[in-house]
Amino acid sequence: MEIKKTSLNKLHQEYQAKFVEFAGYEMPIQYKEGIIEEHKFTRNQSGIFDVSHMGQLFIYGKEDLVEDLEKIFPLDLKNLKLNHSKYSFLMNDAAGIHDDLIITKIEDGFLIILNAACKENDFKILNQLLNNKYKMVLDEKRSLIAIQGPKSAEILNQIINNTINLSFMTGSWFKYENQKIFVTRSGYTGEDGFEISVHNDLAEQFTKELINKGAKLIGLGARDTLRLEAGLCLYGHELNIKKTPIESNLKWAMSKERISNGGFIGSKTILEQLTNGIKQIRVGIKPEGKIIARQKTKIFNDSESIIGEVTSGTFGPSVNGPVAMGYVDNQFSKKDTKVFLEIRGKKYPANICGLPFYKKSYVKGANK
Amino acid sequence: MSDVKFSKEHEWLKVEGDVATIGITKHATEMLGDIVFVELPDIGTSIEKDGTAGVVESTKAASDVYTPISGEVVENNQSIVDDPAKINSDPENEAWFFKLKIKDKSEIDSLMNKEEYDKFAKESVS
Repeated sequence: MEIKKTSLNKLHQEYQAKFVEFAGYEMPIQYKEGIIEEHKFTRNQSGIFDVSHMGQLFIYGKEDLVEDLEKIFPLDLKNLKLNHSKYSFLMNDAAGIHDDLIITKIEDGFLIILNAACKENDFKILNQLLNNKYKMVLDEKRSLIAIQGPKSAEILNQIINNTINLSFMTGSWFKYENQKIFVTRSGYTGEDGFEISVHNDLAEQFTKELINKGAKLIGLGARDTLRLEAGLCLYGHELNIKKTPIESNLKWAMSKERISNGGFIGSKTILEQLTNGIKQIRVGIKPEGKIIARQKTKIFNDSESIIGEVTSGTFGPSVNGPVAMGYVDNQFSKKDTKVFLEIRGKKYPANICGLPFYKKSYVKGANK
Repeated sequence: MSDVKFSKEHEWLKVEGDVATIGITKHATEMLGDIVFVELPDIGTSIEKDGTAGVVESTKAASDVYTPISGEVVENNQSIVDDPAKINSDPENEAWFFKLKIKDKSEIDSLMNKEEYDKFAKESVS
């Protein structure tokens, strides 16, 4: 299968990107300055991320669509206000996660942002669950560009007026070069920021304007270190079809009422797990010293029994040390529990810790 | 610098008497990206040509470091353990990895000179 390229591919090349294949797309892992500089620039200034490989699924419908989607997602969609977004997941009957996503109420339906590697499968599942009842468009004509970091609001507002007034997890349509673009105040780095859905024809021009105003292109490498420091899950690492939202410690993303009333896919398992408990849960792990524990590193207790496994681990440039997330047996999930990580045949001490590793600085809106 | 030799695993080696200083090349650091962790062989260990002699980790992944020749480790560079970023800034000089007491000088003959290595490195970029 031929590798797919986003509308910004040429621009990535101009900025000397190193490319990797990611979910069938040729994507920049880093640019000239490298992951650490890119990471810090995002935390201190403003980073631009090409996330056009992600799925932008538009589902059109009225009240019956809201009702049907509530049978799928553990959300109170009836009370989700226009242009407001929620983090959620698509699950199977056993509450295993097919994908994690952001769903936004738009005037004529919903916009759902899906992971690149999952989007085709998600489309099939959703289409089936909704019995082909609604018009669904996995829009390949639009690019998705994220701008993240403390200077982002000011930079974006110079190009698209009034975006600075959006509050966190809300969005709106704006005009750019006589075209409609959808801007949400969101992101996945732990910083204040925006995601902009713009027509492919304008994506490069728009990105160049962001660069001219002082933002810099940032690769997937720094995106990973940023989200890990922020304690955010990545599908294929923390999340997969065998993990439930309870095990992934994402209960906060579900509506309390919906959990107790049920009636969505996976609700029985979720209620059962909340009642009877779970075996393992997602935690933050801070290795002592400088050693880095990568995905699949085995976690031991002090009596040499395996109690879990690392799902993501790297060097956190803002933490200035190693950071990791993983799953451990429930009784070892308390903060400050001492564990051991087996790396290249040797065991290294680490501590279970709270998340995030790096404090989020989202801008809270007045009308939340 | 005619006395510097290079391996296909992107290590450099500099011989002074019967001791060889070994590190990784600038080209290797460019491929790895920002180095954030390094593990060196202990002083006194004997290592065989092409055997594992440490680990470097970038933000992205871990990679083994190999020794281009056999010998006994007589020194290792703790300053790069404390500050792995040095490996990116000065890989072929200050950020050497370890020194070996050379076991068999003839092993050096099979290594590349600078010109040969530069050509090899250029061709090995995917």
